[in-house]
Amino acid sequence: MSAHGATPNRIERFAVSPRRRRSDKLARALVLTGTIIALIPLVLVIYYLLHEGLKAWSPHFFTTDPTGNTFFKNSDIGGIRSAMLGTIEMVALASLIAVPIGIGVAVWLVEYGKGHWFAQLVRFFVDVLTGVPSIVFGLFIYIVLIIGTGSTFAGYKGALALSLLMLPVITRSAEVVLLLVPNALRESALALGAERWKVIFRIVLPTAVSGLVTGVLLAIARAAGETAPLLFTSGATNKTSSNLGEFMNSLPVQIYNDVISPTQSVVNRAWGAALTLVVLILILNLVARLVSRRSRLA
Amino acid sequence: MEAASIPGGDRSKLERSPLARFPDRALRYGLTLLAALILALIVFFFVRLVGEARPAFAKEGVLGFTFTNNWDVSSEHFGALPLVVGTLITSVLALLMGVPVAVATALYITELCPRRIKAPITILIELLAAVPSVVYGLWGIFFLAPKLQPAEQWVANKLSFIPFIGGGTVTIPNYFVAGLILAIMILPIVSAISREVMATVPLDHKEAALGLGATRWEMIRIAVLPYCRTGIVGGSMLGLGRAIGETIAVTLVIGDAPQLSGHLFSQGYTLAAVIANEFGEATGLHRSALFAAALVLFVLTLLVNAVARLVVMRANRSRNQPRQSGLGGSRSNVADLAETAAMGA
Amino acid sequence: MTPDASPHITAGASPPAADIKAEKMLQPSQPQQPAPPPDTTASAPPSAASIVKQGPQVRLQALRAFYGSAEQVKGVDLEFPANKVTAIIGPSGCGKSTMVRCINRMHEEIPGARAEGKVLLDDIDLYDSSVDVIAVRRAIGMVFQKPNPFPTMSIYDNVASGLRLSGIGRGELRGKVESALRSAGLWEEVADRLSEPGMGLSGGQQQRLCIARSLAVDPEVLLMDEPCSALDPIATLKIEELIATLKQRVTIVIVTHNMQQAARVADRTAFMLSGEMVEVGPTQEIFTTPNDPRTEEYVTGKFG
Repeated sequence: MSAHGATPNRIERFAVSPRRRRSDKLARALVLTGTIIALIPLVLVIYYLLHEGLKAWSPHFFTTDPTGNTFFKNSDIGGIRSAMLGTIEMVALASLIAVPIGIGVAVWLVEYGKGHWFAQLVRFFVDVLTGVPSIVFGLFIYIVLIIGTGSTFAGYKGALALSLLMLPVITRSAEVVLLLVPNALRESALALGAERWKVIFRIVLPTAVSGLVTGVLLAIARAAGETAPLLFTSGATNKTSSNLGEFMNSLPVQIYNDVISPTQSVVNRAWGAALTLVVLILILNLVARLVSRRSRLA
Repeated sequence: MEAASIPGGDRSKLERSPLARFPDRALRYGLTLLAALILALIVFFFVRLVGEARPAFAKEGVLGFTFTNNWDVSSEHFGALPLVVGTLITSVLALLMGVPVAVATALYITELCPRRIKAPITILIELLAAVPSVVYGLWGIFFLAPKLQPAEQWVANKLSFIPFIGGGTVTIPNYFVAGLILAIMILPIVSAISREVMATVPLDHKEAALGLGATRWEMIRIAVLPYCRTGIVGGSMLGLGRAIGETIAVTLVIGDAPQLSGHLFSQGYTLAAVIANEFGEATGLHRSALFAAALVLFVLTLLVNAVARLVVMRANRSRNQPRQSGLGGSRSNVADLAETAAMGA
Repeated sequence: MTPDASPHITAGASPPAADIKAEKMLQPSQPQQPAPPPDTTASAPPSAASIVKQGPQVRLQALRAFYGSAEQVKGVDLEFPANKVTAIIGPSGCGKSTMVRCINRMHEEIPGARAEGKVLLDDIDLYDSSVDVIAVRRAIGMVFQKPNPFPTMSIYDNVASGLRLSGIGRGELRGKVESALRSAGLWEEVADRLSEPGMGLSGGQQQRLCIARSLAVDPEVLLMDEPCSALDPIATLKIEELIATLKQRVTIVIVTHNMQQAARVADRTAFMLSGEMVEVGPTQEIFTTPNDPRTEEYVTGKFG
C-alpha cells in the first residue's frame, strides 16, 4: 500500500469528506435525540403514576364507593369501586353495540362494497368520524337522548356515546384485517359452491379473528380512558349501580372531578384511580398484542 | 345415490328456486342499510347540533359568534374568538413541538435503529397513545406545569424583546403547557403515519442513493424524505385534528380564562375546554352558545380531517402502493388479473 | 370409453406427448403415465363410482369477458368434450384464466367484471337467468394456482368444508372425505393425521388437499388454473398422474403456461392469444402440425 504514488489520492477518493461525515453524524444524533425526547414523557408519566398512585392503593380503596364527604381533613373519602364497576359496565355495553356494527360495516366495505362509490363515501365518513372530538360525541347523545327525551343522565347513554367513539376505530381496523384475508380463500370457498354469507362467516371471519379481536381490544382500551363523552351523558355519582338506566360513575370522570378538588386526599385518590385506569388499559393493550401475534395472516 | 347423477348429472338442480339465496341477499342489504344508517346518523346529529346552536347564532350572528372577542357568561355575550384563538394557538404549538419529534422517531425506527430494538421502541411510542387524556391532564397540572414554570419565567424574562414569548408573568396553567401536552398526545399518530409512509419507500430508491456514495443521512434526505413529504403532511394534519378536539387534558392545564392574551405563557381557553367546563351548569342561551362552540369545533375538525385523509390517500395512491403496509403479499391473482386488464385498456 | 370421444382422440390413455421435443421434458414421466390408473383405482374401492361416472360436455359459445371496459376474452367458441382433459395454453395475459373463470361463473365475483355469450353444460346455459350460480359452482369445481387450504381448518375439515358450506348431508361426511382424499391420492399420506391443520402439509400435498376439497362436493367438471405453477417437479408429476385418473370421472379443463405439461396431460389443447381462440385440436396436432403460424411460433418457443 505504500509503493504507489497514487495511494493518498485513492484514499481521498474513497473517503467521505469531513463535512459530509459531520453532517451525517449530527443528523443521526438529532434523530436519536428526538426519539429519546419522545420517550421522556412516557417515563415521567409512568413514574409519577406509580409514585403517587401506589400511595392511594389499598384494599379499602378498591372496595368502597366514594363517600362524597371531602370537607374535613380526616374524613373517609372512600375509594373507586363504583367508578371501576361503572367503567366496566358502560364499556361492556358500548362494546356490545359497537363491535357487531363496526365489524358489520367493515364486512360490507370489504365483501360487498368493493369499488362502489357508496363504499368510498362510507369509508371516507368513517375515516372522518375517527377525528371527531370525543366531547362532540357526548353532546350528540346529550341532544338526542337527554334534550330529546327530556330525561337525565344514565349509564346507557354514556355507553352509547362510547360506542359512537369506538365504532369508527373498530371499522377501520377490521377493514384492514379483512383486506389481509387472501382473496384466494374466498374464491376457493365460492368455487366450492358456498354462498357468500357462509364464506364470510365460515371462512373470512374465522381466518381474520385474531386481528379483529386485536382491533376490538384497542378500541375498548381507548373507550375506557375517555372522559369527555361521559361528562354529560352518564354523569357522575358516588354509588355503585348495576342499573344502566341510572347515573353511573366511571374512572375517568371520577379522576376528572377529583383533580379539581382542593383536598389533598381527594387528589391522591385521583392518582390512585389514574394508576388503576392505566393498568387496566395497558392490560388490554398487552392482550391485544398477544392476540395479534397469534394471527394467521401476514 | 351416486347413480342418480350418472349420465350428465341431474340438471334440474341447477335451477334457481324463488327463495334461493335469501340469507345472502338479507346479509347484503342488511349491511348496506347499516352503512347507510351511519351516514344518516352523522347527518342527523349535525342537523340537530345546528338546531341547538341556532339561538346563539341568531343573537350573535355566525361570524359574530366566531370572531368576537367577548365571552361573558353573566351578561350573556358569547363571542368565541378567545376560544378559537386558544384552540389554534395550542394546536399549532402541538404541531411545532410534536411533528419534528414524531418524524425523528419514525426515521429512527425505520432507517437507523438496530433491528433488535425496533419492535420495543415502536411499542413504547404507541404506549404514549394508550395513556388516557385525563391522566395526561392530571400529570400536566400536578407535575409538568409547576416544574416548567421557573423555566418558562426565565425564558420570558430573557426574551422579553420578542412580542409573543417575552415579558409578562408566567402562570402555571398556560398555552405553552397545553401545547406541550398536546404535542405528547399527537406524537404517536404522527409517528405511526410517518412510519407507514416511510415503509413504502422503494428499496431501489434507497439503494440507488447509497450506491451513489451517499451517507445514511444523505440517503434519507435524497430518497426518503421527499418521497414521504405528502404522507408526513397528511399525518401531521391528522395530529392537528386530534389536537383541536382534545378536551380533558387541555381543560386541566390551560387555565380556563376566556381572554385574548397575546402571550405564550398566560392562561387561555379552547373550544373543547369551554364545553367540558361550562356545559354542566349552562342553560338557555349559554347552553346554545356552547352547542355553537361544539359546532364550530366539529366543522373545524371535519375540515382538517377530511383534508388530511385526502392528502394521506393521495400520498399512498400516487405511488401505487397498497394502503396498509403488509398488504402486498395478500394480493391474489385476481387483483393482478384486474390490474393487467386495466393496464391493457 | 365414451362414444363421443372417438373423433378427436389419438391413442386412448397413452400420452400424446411422447414424440414431441423430448429433450425438454421430464423423461421418466412418460412410462409412468399409463401405469397409475389401475394402481389408483385398486387402492380406492370406496370411490368405485369414479370408474363408471361420465362427465358432461362443456361448450362455450361466443363467450366474451370484460373488466370494466377492457375486453379480456373476445368471443370464444370452444368445446370441452366429456371425460377428456383439455389444456388451455397461451402467453400470460391472453385471457386464458379469465375464460376458465367464466365457466363456473367465478369471473363475476370481481367488481366491474362481466361476461357475455353462452356457457353450456351439456345443453343448459349456465348464464341463463333461471340458473343458480351457487349450484353451477357445485357442479363445476375449481383448483387454483397456489394451494390454499383454509388456514383455520384441519385436513379433515378442509375436505369436508365444501360439503358443510353447501349444507350437504352430514351423515356420510366421513365416507365422502375419505373417498375424496383417496381420489386425490392423498389418503395414504394423511390418514393418520386428519385432525392436523391443512397448512402443515407440503405444497404438493396442499394442492392435492385442495383437489380433494373440490372433489368432495362431487363436481362434474374440474377447472384447474395453473395448478402446478407453485409446485416442485415431483409434486407436479403427482398432480399430473392424478389428472390422468380423474378424467374418468370428471371433465377437466387445465390452464397452463407450461407447454410440456399440456403435452403430458391433455387430450386436447387450445391456444389463446390476446383474448382470442387461435386454434384448438388434439394435443399432438397442436404441438406437431399446427395449422396457424402463430400457434407454431408459440409452441416452438419463438415468443411468450
